[in-house]
Amino acid sequence: MIETHHSQPATSRGTTLRTEEMILNMGPQHPSTHGVLRLELVVDGEIVVDVIPHLGYLHRCFEKHAEQMSNYQQVVPYVDRMDYVSSMGNEFAYVVAAEKLLKIQVPERVDYIRVIMAELQRIASHQIAIGTYGIDIGAFTPFLFLFRDRERILDLFEEACGARLLYNYFWIGGLSHDLPPGWVEKAKAFCAYLKPNIVELNGLLTYNKIFIERTANVGVLPKDVAINYACSGPMLRASGVNWDLRRDDPYSVYDKIEWDVCVGRGEAGTVGDCWDRNIVRVHEMEQSLRIIEQALAMLPEGNVQAALPKRIMPVASEAYARTEAPRGELGFYIISDGTGSPYRIKARGPSFVNLSVITEISRGAMIADLVAILGSTDIVLGEVDR
Amino acid sequence: MNPAAEYFKGIYDGVHTALIGMGITFRHLFTPAVTVQYPDVKMKMPDRVRNRLYVNMDDCIGCDQCAKACPVDCITIKTIKSTPDVDLGMTSKNTKKRLYVPQFDIDIAKCCYCGLCTFPCPTECIVMTPVYEFSEYDRSNLLYSFATMTPAEIETAQLKLKKADEEAAAKKVAAAAAAKLAAEQKAAEAAANPAPAQAPAPEAAPAPPATPAQTPEQQSPTQS
Amino acid sequence: MDQFLQSIFGDTILTHVFMSVLPLLFLLVCAVVTIYVEMKMAAHMQDRLAYMRTGWHGTLQPVADILKLLQKEDIIPASADKFLFMLAPYIVFVGTYAAFAVLPFSSSYIGSAVDLGLFYVIAVSALVVVGILMAGWASNNKWSLFGAIRSASQVISYEIPAALAVLAVVMITGTMSMNEITKFQEGGIQNWLIFGGPLPIVHKLLLIPVMIVLAVVYYVCSMAEVNRTPFDIPEAESELVQGYNTEFTGMKFAIFYLAEYANLFLVSAIAVVLFFGGWSSPFGSFMSGPWWSLFWFSLKGMLFVCLNIWLRWTLPRLRVDQLMYVSWKVLVPFALVCVVLVGAIMVM
Ligand code: SF4
Ligand code: SF4
Repeated sequence: MIETHHSQPATSRGTTLRTEEMILNMGPQHPSTHGVLRLELVVDGEIVVDVIPHLGYLHRCFEKHAEQMSNYQQVVPYVDRMDYVSSMGNEFAYVVAAEKLLKIQVPERVDYIRVIMAELQRIASHQIAIGTYGIDIGAFTPFLFLFRDRERILDLFEEACGARLLYNYFWIGGLSHDLPPGWVEKAKAFCAYLKPNIVELNGLLTYNKIFIERTANVGVLPKDVAINYACSGPMLRASGVNWDLRRDDPYSVYDKIEWDVCVGRGEAGTVGDCWDRNIVRVHEMEQSLRIIEQALAMLPEGNVQAALPKRIMPVASEAYARTEAPRGELGFYIISDGTGSPYRIKARGPSFVNLSVITEISRGAMIADLVAILGSTDIVLGEVDR
Repeated sequence: MNPAAEYFKGIYDGVHTALIGMGITFRHLFTPAVTVQYPDVKMKMPDRVRNRLYVNMDDCIGCDQCAKACPVDCITIKTIKSTPDVDLGMTSKNTKKRLYVPQFDIDIAKCCYCGLCTFPCPTECIVMTPVYEFSEYDRSNLLYSFATMTPAEIETAQLKLKKADEEAAAKKVAAAAAAKLAAEQKAAEAAANPAPAQAPAPEAAPAPPATPAQTPEQQSPTQS
Repeated sequence: MDQFLQSIFGDTILTHVFMSVLPLLFLLVCAVVTIYVEMKMAAHMQDRLAYMRTGWHGTLQPVADILKLLQKEDIIPASADKFLFMLAPYIVFVGTYAAFAVLPFSSSYIGSAVDLGLFYVIAVSALVVVGILMAGWASNNKWSLFGAIRSASQVISYEIPAALAVLAVVMITGTMSMNEITKFQEGGIQNWLIFGGPLPIVHKLLLIPVMIVLAVVYYVCSMAEVNRTPFDIPEAESELVQGYNTEFTGMKFAIFYLAEYANLFLVSAIAVVLFFGGWSSPFGSFMSGPWWSLFWFSLKGMLFVCLNIWLRWTLPRLRVDQLMYVSWKVLVPFALVCVVLVGAIMVM
């Protein structure tokens, strides 16, 4: 680790040079802030003394919009747009919360399809995370390889629901469409296709010496700090905390499926460094493939819509449900006043919370490290700002 | 590991992993490209694809359900009631059309392609098509009007409805007057035996203004 | 070539002008080809096709790109130091181009056959750093300044192992003239310095491993000198956006761009001269002659350019301190040991 030292450099004549810290604006139009985040850096040469994130450039009043909707279903397209690279994950959390509020039991088939979609989405989302992380570190090619594979997932999504990015696929009490014929085979073929590509990715990026040098022992997030800052998802697991809502607070049918929770082990450096966060995502892609394969095998026949009244009118009550979205714990808190439209919806987004720790872990790093740290937190500004 | 070994291992790893990476990129130099030459070659779209909206006005019954389902309120529908003597035809689902639709606008620039509007439509006449190349230089060109009625047709329909309404209103006024008359007679009768007779009067009174109050609301589209 | 031109124009200024413009033509063609090759190679490595529309497989695209750059509005930031800002791209280009003067393109063409050719190259290409520093400073942009300072420290650090590698070659050939070094290696592939040069067999066998290490050291340094991945920290896209040339547009940017590709060819060409026989044919006297030698020189140069492109699109980028580590703690010791070994072998 590089130490920050404020000693005054001496000139040849023995006098000291006056140096001072510099304020550097990173963003909102900076290629590595992954959107419109602005970081105000206080730097001492190349060394970062302080980081102050400024948010809100992408604020779209999600919560206020949700209150204006005339029914609960209309919120789903807005939920899609929170974390726009993992829309299925967002929808999942929202519909689980809404169904809890309405006390609906969805048909089994729906649950399995949801799990398959959410896991495919997790892979797609991690592919973006790893790919853009590669770009942050300076490797461009893995990014395009990952995008090539991600397109296949989007093709699957498009076939199932008609959209490639913002799906509106999970409906309250079911799904918008059943899977089209032949979809299951295609999904299986995709799983088989992706496996060797993950190996290739590891060769090209993950285990590359330069990549390891750039990420190992950088931005170490210790266990206690991660918990104190309420980090979740790969961010938390990389720090060695064995916590996954899919296993520890199961929803949908995750309790019927077998898989492993990936935890950072400090293979290349310290537990909780940037490399660990990256490798956790790589391993989670493999585990997601496992989940998908099991769910595809177990997929029951049946209806994809629970019997619902024409107009959804929950009784005046409230519900909170949380799910393990690709970036961490995504929760929705819904209050109903007994009318057809939600009274209040509050989202607990993982990116927003994970971003808060950045100041803590990037003090004393170099500017290049800051980029590496920010990339490893894998924030999506759409969800940070909502 | 002692520092010397670590030093040489670092160099070895650096060279070794760089060579692995170079091997991978070299292999890909000869794998066929996965991209397509877009405007010349186009990807096949699946059936469910959600792109530009299309409304088949022949089938639209003006029920406004699609507009209600839309989360961004980008559909504007105005309707005029038809009089019983005109036949607007049948939809392909064999329901009778009862409303003229003088305005059916979709602001496709606002549309978020969620597809929620297509589900409640009883006649399945609002659909998402696979057309995705419809960018425009002028934003106002993205306001799609699907209504097929000419201004003259709209005016006739409106006039007809107005006439019918007036007739209906006149009838109702007459009916109300008759009711009133009856009520007064009843009241007169009731004057003899007191209290409970007040009850029916408020029931009859609010009814007549209720119907005319609804019609202007439905007529208003034609003004715009 | 000299005599030929003099026979046409006489010993006039025109001869010299013509002589000095020739590399420029070569360089322009070379830049266009390199841009095309780079884009195509990068694209195919990434499973895509790159440009396909302008001409057959997009062959005219680099020309179109350059024309586009020339037409662009020339923006000078209001708070920039105008004089330095205008001057910087030219200094960078001049620094690169001046080095072309001593490159032996062919057995009968060398801009200036000075005896201290290599020394001159090392000296004059340091001018590039001045230009980059000027560009970064004059832009009045903190990011650009970062890029410029990084670049300066990087180029200076990497000149040391590079110079050591050059020194080893000079120790073997006993000359600093690039033409002489090439001539030293004439007579086929086995006489190239990477294979020990035309020395007795025992010397050769001992020299081969040393020369391979030196060639790698030199090549790594040359990659750092041209600021390309994995050593592109001065213009690190994801950190400094574009480093020192962020604020430059249009013509000025085009000149930076041209200088980058010229520099790329230059360092590859020097590597070719030092270790791979320069313009000499790999088959001895077969396929040699003025035009063939130009062909061999360009071909070998382009191969090394391609190697650079290949590496660029494969590897991630180092961090500033790691860059210094690689230079001072890896390349310099290795080069020093090699220089000593070369000396020992030569006195043997
Ligand atoms: S697709 Fe969605 S946003 Fe577009 S018109 Fe239909 S309901 Fe509205
Ligand atoms: S739901 Fe269908 S029938 Fe009703 S107004 Fe919309 S398009 Fe017309």
